[in-house]
Amino acid sequence: MSSMTRPSTRAVVAPPAAAEAPRARKSRVDPLYYFFLFPSLAIFTLAVTLPAVLGFVYSFTNSVGFGDFEFIGIRNFIAVFQDDGILGSYGFTLAFSLVTVILVNIVAFFLALGLTSRIRFRAALRTVFVIPMVISGIVIAFVFQYLFSNSLPLAGQSLGIEPLATSILANPDLAWLAIVLVTAWQSIPSAMLIYIAGLLTVSPEVYEASSIDGATPWHNLRHITLPLVAGYAVINTVLGFKNYLNTYDIIVGLTDGGPGVSTRSVAMAIFRGFEGGDYAYQMANAVIFFLISVAIALIQLRFTRGKGGIAA
Amino acid sequence: MSTATRTIPAKPSATGKRRPLGGQERTNWPATAVLIVCTLGVLVPLYVTVSMAFKTTGQAVDGNAFSLPSPLTFDSFVQAWTLTNFSRGFAISVFVSVIAVVGEIVVSALAAYAIVRNWDRKLFRWSFFYLLAAMFIPFPVVALPQIQLTGLVGLDNPLGVAILHIVFALAFNTMLFTAFLRSIPLELEESMRMDGAGTWQVFWRLIFPLLGPMSATVGIFAFIASWNDFMMPSLIISDPEMQTIPVLQKIFQTQFSNSYNVAFASYLMAMAPAIVVYLFTQRWVMSGLTQGAVK
Repeated sequence: MSSMTRPSTRAVVAPPAAAEAPRARKSRVDPLYYFFLFPSLAIFTLAVTLPAVLGFVYSFTNSVGFGDFEFIGIRNFIAVFQDDGILGSYGFTLAFSLVTVILVNIVAFFLALGLTSRIRFRAALRTVFVIPMVISGIVIAFVFQYLFSNSLPLAGQSLGIEPLATSILANPDLAWLAIVLVTAWQSIPSAMLIYIAGLLTVSPEVYEASSIDGATPWHNLRHITLPLVAGYAVINTVLGFKNYLNTYDIIVGLTDGGPGVSTRSVAMAIFRGFEGGDYAYQMANAVIFFLISVAIALIQLRFTRGKGGIAA
Repeated sequence: MSTATRTIPAKPSATGKRRPLGGQERTNWPATAVLIVCTLGVLVPLYVTVSMAFKTTGQAVDGNAFSLPSPLTFDSFVQAWTLTNFSRGFAISVFVSVIAVVGEIVVSALAAYAIVRNWDRKLFRWSFFYLLAAMFIPFPVVALPQIQLTGLVGLDNPLGVAILHIVFALAFNTMLFTAFLRSIPLELEESMRMDGAGTWQVFWRLIFPLLGPMSATVGIFAFIASWNDFMMPSLIISDPEMQTIPVLQKIFQTQFSNSYNVAFASYLMAMAPAIVVYLFTQRWVMSGLTQGAVK
């Protein structure tokens, strides 16, 4: 994509017909362009770069968020690695993200497959399936919280299913499942739309040809559809992971990190930096979290390049 | 409405093309049936929200979430309205969303235009990559210093939240706009310039109108994201009186935890604006998402 741009922008400078404008632009840029660019650079620098640098510096101090502080080297970082609470939040966040990514991709793919096949009520069905995407995470989490803590136990009792007879949100071993389900509920639509876009790029002639060769629907799925949408699966994985690692709203609405600290995400741990003088300490945690996020993104992008799917 | 949803502008051929091929006009009824059953997963939680909202307090505490309200009452909406001070929360949420929508469109479109037209200049090219770096910096990473800084400069209020929404969407929006701008032929712009129009006129009279569909997509996503967000306002806005609608819903967990009908009425009022906007604009929601992904 970007390789296409350079020639075309150069072309502006070149055409002999518009002799005056190009010469003017080659020697100096219209100052108005700087004015156009300035607002983005300014708010980005003030609202992201500056806090990021400040946070990085603070992570080497013993600041509590206000007043005097001293530089204490990497002691915060060492302490983070020895903090079971924080390590637990990383374990939970990574495991939760992984399970959610897998669940979302499987469900979204099959919904997309269904919605692009020869069905009735296609438009209406798609409209319904996209709705969860536009509902506030915390509000729908409150709705599900009611269902998980009231309706599901009632159903569990009447059906005699022991683990469901009490609220799964109060069960340290099962609460994370509720968070996976609600997060998946909300993020399946966007993954589904991306899969639909991918499936629509597969030309019907391909299926036609393979059917003539006697391929079964299963063969088509396995050998044509899946390889062709692999690139879209990578997009969904990258975007999904990015969101799930920062998950916050839905957990606040469902368990608020509990029972105990069993569902506390990294974001929740960091935000606690304003309680109990943990400021610099949680900044060290944020720096580590940033590095891990970047590492995961880079690994996924490398994987993408191998597939070459989204370059199209 | 339903015809509008069919068009994913980028790939309009799909529905039309597939039918005649192979002469197979049969509807796939099993798939249709399975998908209809699957919609229950979406509709049941929404049904519970609506039916709970119309119940009396007495019926709401009986634990049966799936029963129809009898008798039907609007009392819970009236109570929810006063308990959350809905009109004030609504005004603040609208304020945040409007600034986020207008800001995201204008700031990103201006930057994208400057970058695309000056791509052969280092400053503009590097600015593009600088802005893209934001994709790697999620809010939680910079939240603590941000909370401090917004407090320091008096932006620990809805305006500050709106600005942060603009900033965190900047990378993605600028990317969308630059991709779109690169597909606009330069001849139009050149002829307008030869007629004596400056960069300012070219942008506002020619480029910005051409960006319309993309601006619609960016604007709708800006609205949905800022209207629904809980994380940023709950951390940045220091005055509880100035909170947005999603944050206000917390009172039903802390103070009024047994008024289920009132809580659900309030949830319904919080969800409704985004759902309504989506139903009327779904064409841009779908096309935007797929364009963003493919580019």
